[in-house]
Amino acid sequence: MNIVYFLFAQTLLFAIPLMVVALGGMFSERSGVINIALEGIMILGAFFGVFFINFMQNNQIMEGQLLLIVALLLSGIVGALFSLLHAFAAIHLKADQTISGTALNLFAPALGLFIAKTVQDGVQSVLFENQFRIEAVPGLSAIPIIGDLFFKNCYLTTFIGIAILIISYVFLMKTKTGLRIRACGENPQAADAAGINVYKMRYLGVAISGFLGGIGGLIYILPISTEFNCNVAGYGFLALAVLIFGNWKPWRIAAAAFFFGATKTIAYTYNSIPFLAALSLPGVTYKLIPYIATLILLAFTSKNSAAPKASGEPFDKAKR
Amino acid sequence: MNNLTSKISSLTKKEGSKSVLSSLIAIGLGLVFGFIIILIANPSDALKGFGLLITGGFYRGTKSLGQVFYLAVPIMMTGLSVAFAFKCGEFNIGTPGQYIVGAFTAVYIALKWTFIPNSVLWIVCIIAAGLAGALWAIIPGVLKAFKNVNVVISCIMCNYIGMLLVIEGVKATIFNPAGAESYSVTVDKAIPTFGLDVLFPGSNINFGIVIAIGLCILAYIIMNKTTFGYELKACGYNSHAAKYAGMNEKKCIIMSMAIAGFFSGVGGAIAYLSGTGKTIPIAETLAAEGFNGIPVALLGFNNPIGCIFAALFIGYINVGGNYMQSLNIAVEVIDIIVAAIIYFSSFTLFIKMLFNKRKSNKVKKEGGHE
Repeated sequence: MNIVYFLFAQTLLFAIPLMVVALGGMFSERSGVINIALEGIMILGAFFGVFFINFMQNNQIMEGQLLLIVALLLSGIVGALFSLLHAFAAIHLKADQTISGTALNLFAPALGLFIAKTVQDGVQSVLFENQFRIEAVPGLSAIPIIGDLFFKNCYLTTFIGIAILIISYVFLMKTKTGLRIRACGENPQAADAAGINVYKMRYLGVAISGFLGGIGGLIYILPISTEFNCNVAGYGFLALAVLIFGNWKPWRIAAAAFFFGATKTIAYTYNSIPFLAALSLPGVTYKLIPYIATLILLAFTSKNSAAPKASGEPFDKAKR
Repeated sequence: MNNLTSKISSLTKKEGSKSVLSSLIAIGLGLVFGFIIILIANPSDALKGFGLLITGGFYRGTKSLGQVFYLAVPIMMTGLSVAFAFKCGEFNIGTPGQYIVGAFTAVYIALKWTFIPNSVLWIVCIIAAGLAGALWAIIPGVLKAFKNVNVVISCIMCNYIGMLLVIEGVKATIFNPAGAESYSVTVDKAIPTFGLDVLFPGSNINFGIVIAIGLCILAYIIMNKTTFGYELKACGYNSHAAKYAGMNEKKCIIMSMAIAGFFSGVGGAIAYLSGTGKTIPIAETLAAEGFNGIPVALLGFNNPIGCIFAALFIGYINVGGNYMQSLNIAVEVIDIIVAAIIYFSSFTLFIKMLFNKRKSNKVKKEGGHE
């Protein structure tokens, strides 16, 4: 049973950041703006979050879960502000959205490394101490099975991620603003005729994606490392894949992220899973599974792709 | 009739000159932005450092210039790859995968196919690498054409699959245990220099730059002077209209991806056959040269000829940036500048709109109608 708990915990470490970032991408694309800059947003958000943690820990101003929450908020705000650059180009200047997105992707790691090297005398990695792991949540960890799955050796970020999923679903699907965002991604002309400010909704969508992207960056790096090199290993692009795989819908995105996390976990832990180790297949087989499985699944599901119709198209009031 | 054609040609010229002008504005703004960043980071050496950055391509004379060409070749090819697919309506983000698959094929053949004489070995390597890259790009193309799979996501998946398979391939065939990397291709098997090393002494330049520029020109001709290129572009602009006009849009998608992949693969071959001891590392990271093709394509307006200049420009400021490091200014400022330039160049449409507005206002004042 222990191995199951271990694998589950690993899966969550991979899946939660992917899900959070993909949900961010969902808000942007449902409002009609393709956000290919998720990778860059993750990097910059994580960079400022880690830098903040580094500073607070070195000066012993703040620590523990409080520090985590403040750092997450900071990452989110940095991500949101950064994404506004993309929003401005894509919405107001009607720029090609891949171009401004690519610019952001290139800009974020360069800026992070530049700041780190300038501030730390040429040292590029920002160090931090991992003091955020929760051994056991008092009370809840005593629940059989669920306690072991969720409330032992866990991170607060897991619960924040789940909360973000539920809030995203309610916000996008059940509120007036959510409906308006969706309308702007499907048929902005109709939305405009109905008196909705398309520009405002799209800015909102991109800003939310930036906020979640920034948070996702920090969630990604905190549990798996103690230093940050302005690199999130292509998670922003993978989140884009999860978003498309999840058909732009919150619950399916969560399922896709979990699927991806589970296959990735197997790729890195197959040696400790008895029956997989017994197969003695080369390790690369397992590493290939997440990517090949995604390709095959997409080949069967893409015919009914529910991409937002106006995603990627600049809104032009004069056009019909 | 003559009058009409001359009018049209002058109009296209104006459209082109507007593009160049707006991209020059973007480059200018990007450089100013970079200067401000350097100024904030290191005020005392800022002017000197920025001077080095701007003039670095000529800093050590022909040696630096040769180095510019050497650095420009791989990104010119991946840039051309992105640009070519872009013209056909697909965003080929799969260049890192195609590039590394091509590189592996080239290095493998160079090291293992000893039955081919060295004089023609590099040609075989480059062609095989191109075909391998094409094969790697056909996968997303076929998935898009027949299964409607989003090209961006299948390309991302193919990047990782290619990278992982290349690592396994290197481990199985051309692994150098001493450095945990592949063996490098020695100078006698590398692409010959044909005297270019005499022109640019001390640099790593080779005939690859000529091949790269030649392929860019070839791509331009395919794109703009052949029926085939016209069909590709038509499918890119409006696949429904192209289909209605009797074009096979599935074939167009697959062919455009295959050709784009071919260019990326050739880029990988030229980079690793340069005889500079470059090796394929056993690290699970995607090739940076692949992603760097995207800014090159964007900077060159997705025009094959534009890619030549964009790649040379990025190679140029990279050489300058390396010299600048001696002043303790982090080399990342180059990427910041390139990113800023691309960001500003995404305003192209906006800048053009401003030009057009001014013109139409003029027309109105003069009493004509639009």
